[in-house]
Amino acid sequence: MRVSSEDVSGILLHAQGISKVFESGTFRKSYTNALDTVTLSIPYSPPTITAIAGESGSGKTTLARTILGLVEPTSGRVVYKGRELSDMKRNEYAEFRREVQVIFQDPFESYNPFYKVDHVLRTPIRRYKLASSKSEVDGMVENALRTVGLRPEETLGRHPHQLSGGQRQRVMVARAVMLNPKIIVADEPVSMVDASLRATILETLRTMNEELGISILYITHDLTTAYQIAENIVILYKGRVAEAGAVDEVINNPSHPYTKMLVDSIPHPDPETQWGAAEVEQAPDESIASGCSFYDRCPVRMDLCAAADPPLYQTDPHRISRCYLSDESPIYDAQDLYGVFDIPERRTASGGSHS
Amino acid sequence: MTAETESGTVSHRGAPLRVDGLKVYYHTRRGPVKAVDGVSFELQRGERLGLVGESGSGKSTIALALMMAHKEPARIEAGSVMLNGSNLLLDSSERIRQRRLSEIAMVPQGALNSLNPVMRVRDQITDGLKDHGVRMSDSQFRDRVAELLRSVGLDPSVGGKYPHELSGGMRQRVSIAMAISMNPSVIIADEPTSALDVVVQKQVVQTLRKVQQQIGAAAVMIGHDMGLMAQFASRIGIMYGGKIVEIGAASSIFKQPKHPYTKLLISSLPDTRWKRKLEGIPGLPPSLLMPPAGCVFHPRCPQAMDECKREAPVSRQLGDQHFASCHLYGDDDGVEAMN
Repeated sequence: MRVSSEDVSGILLHAQGISKVFESGTFRKSYTNALDTVTLSIPYSPPTITAIAGESGSGKTTLARTILGLVEPTSGRVVYKGRELSDMKRNEYAEFRREVQVIFQDPFESYNPFYKVDHVLRTPIRRYKLASSKSEVDGMVENALRTVGLRPEETLGRHPHQLSGGQRQRVMVARAVMLNPKIIVADEPVSMVDASLRATILETLRTMNEELGISILYITHDLTTAYQIAENIVILYKGRVAEAGAVDEVINNPSHPYTKMLVDSIPHPDPETQWGAAEVEQAPDESIASGCSFYDRCPVRMDLCAAADPPLYQTDPHRISRCYLSDESPIYDAQDLYGVFDIPERRTASGGSHS
Repeated sequence: MTAETESGTVSHRGAPLRVDGLKVYYHTRRGPVKAVDGVSFELQRGERLGLVGESGSGKSTIALALMMAHKEPARIEAGSVMLNGSNLLLDSSERIRQRRLSEIAMVPQGALNSLNPVMRVRDQITDGLKDHGVRMSDSQFRDRVAELLRSVGLDPSVGGKYPHELSGGMRQRVSIAMAISMNPSVIIADEPTSALDVVVQKQVVQTLRKVQQQIGAAAVMIGHDMGLMAQFASRIGIMYGGKIVEIGAASSIFKQPKHPYTKLLISSLPDTRWKRKLEGIPGLPPSLLMPPAGCVFHPRCPQAMDECKREAPVSRQLGDQHFASCHLYGDDDGVEAMN
C-alpha cells in the first residue's frame, strides 16, 4: 500500500471549508446555500463514529455526497490520504471509491429489481478484482453476509423485494464491508426500517466500527439513534454548523437554541416523560437578510442576532455552539470540527487492509 | 349522544366507536392475505388510542376499513364497526359518504396527496361542509374557516392559499382543520407526521391532541413510532400479524408489558436518556398469506412453548383494562374463540 507524505498528519479524510450553492430558476436566479464552509476530518486511528444531524434542508446529505465525491463543492476541497479528490488519478480514485463506502436510506431504489441479491454482492468483487476464482467469490459473499448476521442460504438466490427492509439494508452493509473500507458513510440507514430490525442494523454498524476498525459517518434526522451509536455529533441548520461536539454534551445538555428545540421535540418512548408544553405555535416568520440563519425560528433572538451571524464559540472542551448566548466563551478559531470531538482512547483496530 | 364516562364504569352504548371481530383480507391469486384478522376494540369519548405496528401488521388496513375507504382486492370478511351505535358496514355508500367527516374523519398520511392542489384551502374546507348539507352565508363560511384555521394554530390568511404554498407542517394542520370541521365523534389519524421533521412533528401531534380534546372526539392514531404513541395516546394497542396482541393504558403497556413481542419491542427502542446495547427482535414478520399456525408470534418468540405452535391464544384480561393474547398467561386450554 502506498504511503503518501500527508499520512503523518494522522488524517485519513479531510473535508475542508466545504460550501455548496444550488442555483435554481431560469430567468430570475435564486441561490440556496446548501452548505456553508464546513470543515471536518476523519483520522486514520482510532476509528470514529460521527453523527451529522439535522432536519430536511440542513445540508446533511449534501455534506455526505460531497465527501463521497458525488457532489462537487462550490468551494472547499475533499482530501483523502493527502490527495485532493479532484486531482486524483484514475487508480487513486478507484481506491478511494473502494475504501469510502456508502449505505443509502433505500438501498434497492437504484438496483434493477430483476437482479438477485447475489448480483449486488458479486459485482463489486468483480469490479475491484478482489477474488480470482468463483469459489473465492462465493466465500467472500457468504462471509460478508454472516458478518452482518444474515444466513447465506436464506438470502442468496432471492430478489430484493423478497427480503425485508432490514435484510436489504444488511445486504448493503455486507456489500460495503466486503470491500474492506476505511470509512462507511451511512445516510439515514434505518429511517425506513421497522423498530425491531433497526436495532440490529445499528448494532451491526457499531460492530463494524469496533471490530473491523471502520470509521462511520452517520447521517440522520433522528437524535436518539445518533445518541446511541455516535461519539460525536454535528448539528447542521440551513447548511451551517449550529452546534458540534461530544454527544453527551450536545444532546444531554444542549447549548444552541436550535439544538434545544430539537432535543425538546424528541418523542421519548415513555408516557411519563411528556413533551414540554413549550410553544405549539410557530414563531412568526420574520426574514432577515443577514445575521443568524436561525433568527426567524429562534425563541430567544436578540437584536444583535439580526445584525451579524454569530461565530462558533467553544463553550466546553468538547463542544462548540454558534450562538451569541455563548459569547463569553472563546471563539473557536480552528475551522476543523474534529478539534472539539471527544475521541475515546481505544484499542487501535487491526482489521485494516493489508496488501 | 351523551358521554357516559363515569369513573371506571363505562357504558357500551355511549362508545362512539366499537369494533368487533373485524377481518379484512386482500384477495390475491395466491390466496387471501389476512391483513386484519379478528380485531376488536372500543373507544370512549375523548379517548386517544394508539394502534402501533410494524410494516405488514395490518394497521393501515384498519385505518382504511374504519373509513370504509378500502378498495379491491381488500374485502371486509367479518365483524362490525359500530359508529355511534350503528354498524357502518351495513350502510349504503351514500350514507357512508355522509357519515364520513360528520361522524368519523381522517387525518391522512401525506397531506399533499389528500388536498386538492388547484383549490384554495378555504374553498376545500367550505366544499366539505356544503357537501354535507351545511347551509350558511358566504361570510359565515369565511368565519367558520377562519375559526378552524385558528384552532389548529394557523393564521386565517392561510385560507386564501393553495396547498403548494404551504409547508408540510402547515398542510397537515389544514388536514386537521378539515377533519374537525363538522365536530366528528371519531378522528382517525394514519401516520399523520410520517414525512415531517421532528420539531414540526411535535407541533402537529400537539395540535391534534388539543383540538381532539376541544371537540371531545375519540381518536385513533395509527403508526409505528412508539415514542409518538407514548406522547399522544392514553391507550395503546400493539398489532402484530393482523391482530391486536396486547392493549392497555399507555403507562401500563410501557411499564408492565405482558406480551413477549411488546416486551422486545420496547427494549429495542433507542432513547437519549440512557445508552445501552440495542437488541433487535430476531427473525422476520410473519407472512400474512400463510400465517404460522398457533400464535402468529411464536416463530420469533424467545418464550414459545409447544402449545404456541398449535393454538392461537385468546385475549385475556391481565390487569385493569389491560389485555394480552399469550399462552404464558393462560390456565384454560384450547379455547378457540377470539373475543
